[in-house]
Amino acid sequence: MRSDRFDRAPLPLKISACLGLLFLHLPILLIFLYAFTTEEKSYRFPPPGLTLEWFAVTWNRPDVWAALTLSVKVASLATAIALVLGTLCAAAVSRSAFFGREAVSLLVILPIALPGIITGIALRSAFSMADIPFSFFTIVLGHATFCIVVVYNNAVARFRRLSGSLVEASMDLGADGFQTFRYVVLPNIATALLAGGMLAFALSFDEVIVTTFTAGQQSTLPIWMLEELIRPRQRPVTNVVAMVVVLVTLLPILAAYFLTRDGDQIAGAGK
Amino acid sequence: MALVSQGGERHAAAVSGRRGPGRLSDRLWRHPTLFLALLLCLPLLWLGVVYLGSLAIFLAQSLFAIDDFSGLVTYEPTLATYRQLFSDANFDIILRTVAMAASVTLASIVIAFPVAYYAARYAKGAWKAVFYLGVMLPLWSSYLVKIYAWKLILAKEGILTWLFAKLHLLWLLDAWLSIPVIGGNSLSVSYTGTFLVFVYVWLPFMILPIQAALERVSGSLVEASADLGAHPRQTFRHVLLPLALPGIVAGSIFTFSLTLGDYIIPQIIGSSRLFIGQAVYAQQGTAGNIPLAAAFTLVPIVIMGVYLWAARRMGAFDAL
Amino acid sequence: MNAILFENVSRHFGSVRAVDGVDLAVAEGEFFAMLGPSGSGKTTCLRLVAGFEQPTSGHIEIFGETAEGVPPYRRNVNTVFQDYALFPHLSILDNVAYGLMVKGMGKTERRRAAEEALAMVALPGYGARKPGQLSGGQRQRVALARALVNRPRVLLLDEPLGALDLKLREQMQEELKSLQKTLGLTFIFVTHDQSEALSMADRVAVFHEGKVRQVGTPEEIYRRPKTRFVADFVGSSNVLSRAQCEHLGLDAPAASLRPESIVIGTPAAGQLGLVGVPVAASFLGPVNRLTLDCGGERIVASLAAGTPLPAAGEPVSLAFDRRDLHVMEDA
Repeated sequence: MRSDRFDRAPLPLKISACLGLLFLHLPILLIFLYAFTTEEKSYRFPPPGLTLEWFAVTWNRPDVWAALTLSVKVASLATAIALVLGTLCAAAVSRSAFFGREAVSLLVILPIALPGIITGIALRSAFSMADIPFSFFTIVLGHATFCIVVVYNNAVARFRRLSGSLVEASMDLGADGFQTFRYVVLPNIATALLAGGMLAFALSFDEVIVTTFTAGQQSTLPIWMLEELIRPRQRPVTNVVAMVVVLVTLLPILAAYFLTRDGDQIAGAGK
Repeated sequence: MALVSQGGERHAAAVSGRRGPGRLSDRLWRHPTLFLALLLCLPLLWLGVVYLGSLAIFLAQSLFAIDDFSGLVTYEPTLATYRQLFSDANFDIILRTVAMAASVTLASIVIAFPVAYYAARYAKGAWKAVFYLGVMLPLWSSYLVKIYAWKLILAKEGILTWLFAKLHLLWLLDAWLSIPVIGGNSLSVSYTGTFLVFVYVWLPFMILPIQAALERVSGSLVEASADLGAHPRQTFRHVLLPLALPGIVAGSIFTFSLTLGDYIIPQIIGSSRLFIGQAVYAQQGTAGNIPLAAAFTLVPIVIMGVYLWAARRMGAFDAL
Repeated sequence: MNAILFENVSRHFGSVRAVDGVDLAVAEGEFFAMLGPSGSGKTTCLRLVAGFEQPTSGHIEIFGETAEGVPPYRRNVNTVFQDYALFPHLSILDNVAYGLMVKGMGKTERRRAAEEALAMVALPGYGARKPGQLSGGQRQRVALARALVNRPRVLLLDEPLGALDLKLREQMQEELKSLQKTLGLTFIFVTHDQSEALSMADRVAVFHEGKVRQVGTPEEIYRRPKTRFVADFVGSSNVLSRAQCEHLGLDAPAASLRPESIVIGTPAAGQLGLVGVPVAASFLGPVNRLTLDCGGERIVASLAAGTPLPAAGEPVSLAFDRRDLHVMEDA
């Protein structure tokens, strides 16, 4: 039995932990305030007034819509590819100990462990060497490469929890490999795949570094934002877009958390 | 009991044959290596051939050099590009980046540890979820939006200046900005600003591994240390810190490596002096010097390799 | 016909010989136990029958048909797993109906069969629940019903009672035994519990280090262990050394003697005798257990309760029948 003395956190620890969390969240909250500011030309604080007009302005901006559509398309296809490849890798790695197993898991992690700029330039120079013009598919190729790892991490964790005797029991009861996959394996890893897919979507939706090298003249939403960051022209529209992006990425993360919280953790490897 | 027939004769054959997709399943079952190869062929084609291939071809270009007159790459193995890498100007870039990565890592450890420790040891039930999501959400929020938020904060007319003015501390801010090297015209064009944004953006990558390491430290160890007469400070120094070390090292691998490779943050918030990532970007883009860009990218890879090797040698992973 | 036949079967994992040259024949309708400590190869043998493992060498037949290269789902044998391996995402009814479902049986038909099977294991009406809502004993019965509903020709049970508490275990032992008798099925039962094996099985195979050391009826195994390992592992036989055997006029490397065959007193005509010094006595209810030192070797005697115990340290003579002394193969 623990005594009370050890169960209560010392006050300085409590304060510094809370300050740490505030440090992480206050800047994001500030975005929400700026989306309503009437100030157009600068980042003045406090805002001289509050207005909703920028939401309407943003809504009617075709360039924002085009960038958003491209981002959603890229993220959807990259997620689909990552789901297939990540699940295959996870199945192979958790199925048996084979020569080179460590190498496979290292290979999956590499695109996210190396700085994005390396992945981006490497792909770009490969494209130019092979005379592949930039297109929707070059963006997807880059994104799928680093999205595999999040699907893989979620799937591997779930495969590890899926007791090996369940697969044996299914085969013992007369189900062949395909039936076993459909009736036993898939239902048991489905939520992990869903979570992994959502994280992959969020990752791709937000990616900018690799994209700058594989997009050519196309503009995904992060590329659009990056241009605004370097040369601010539409401050109020950027404010609104930033707020919407925060809200949109929030949902898949929360969903992934609630899908996987019994047991495995969301794969914490980020961008 | 009619459910299960009594004798053997009413059963089907002990071993049954079947047609259809079952045939393929049989074949895969009999040849597990074939099955494994089928599972791995697509991912390996993608990651092993396309990705690793591009990477190897790109990095190999550092062995070539650019012709000064034509501006084209001469495909003859040479170490000239590496000599160029260690020229004064370029070496300054490397030193600046490493110094920034090191200070960002140290600051992250200091801020992350209390959060991780509180979340691992004291947060219970709903608070546990709050802390977990409280770290996960910023981690996964848009990278650009986070930088944008800091552009708002650090702007001359922004909230930080306003706050200092309200507290009548503007003189302090000005004094800080007048310090050479870390100061500048305003926070958003100073190293201080770059540093703050780096710490902010990578902090969750430090909290999560430390928290994971501390979750494995049983509370009774802390009690045992106190029971044996250790002051809380001594417990921290001799019990908690060594056990959290693998997490700290894992987290520092993230913060260090991410800072080394980033080129967007110093471009948006910071002075005009380059970091490695920006140098790579400039070399491959406007300068068109792919060999030098490749040589520059090898720097973070080599530094991280040495760092990992040293961490292993020092036994940072022994406690895992 | 033999239900299961092993001919010189080996299964090696790298340099580990999990199963090493095993010959076995299990008759149809037999309750056959594989007994041995953990790592003795008994579970690997069961998995070879189920098809989860393939023999490194040797030959296996199931009802006269070659089993090598036949996947588990093509074998008409079913397994009750040690951890029951109930599918957590399916209801109890769907768990039991699983084998029928993958064989393509219609929904109503297989549900009815599953209900019947649940009734047979005394769990009628439990079909709608999930495995997580059942107790260990109930899950064990579901696992049994799920296997039996497929009408296997051989039922394999891998330590099925290991996770249950003592009282439930004894009850399930009886139920399994009577189920096997009524169904007339071949049961192969893996256990490390010698009393479980002896009380339930028609025949027992004792495994040790990947080899079968002895096959026989429980009585044979108990009364006439062939090797020191079997004597030690099955019950608590005394093992007499070569020197003691020679002293008793027996030319054998070793011999076994059950504790309950020994009485205190001078040997009568046709009896043999030993002299020992009592070192410890313990009271076990119906019997007293006396440990004696016979020339440096430990001998244990079970004496009926009420027999006066000799004082510690004073030599006593022990007597037993010549036919209770069993010659063993090795020491």
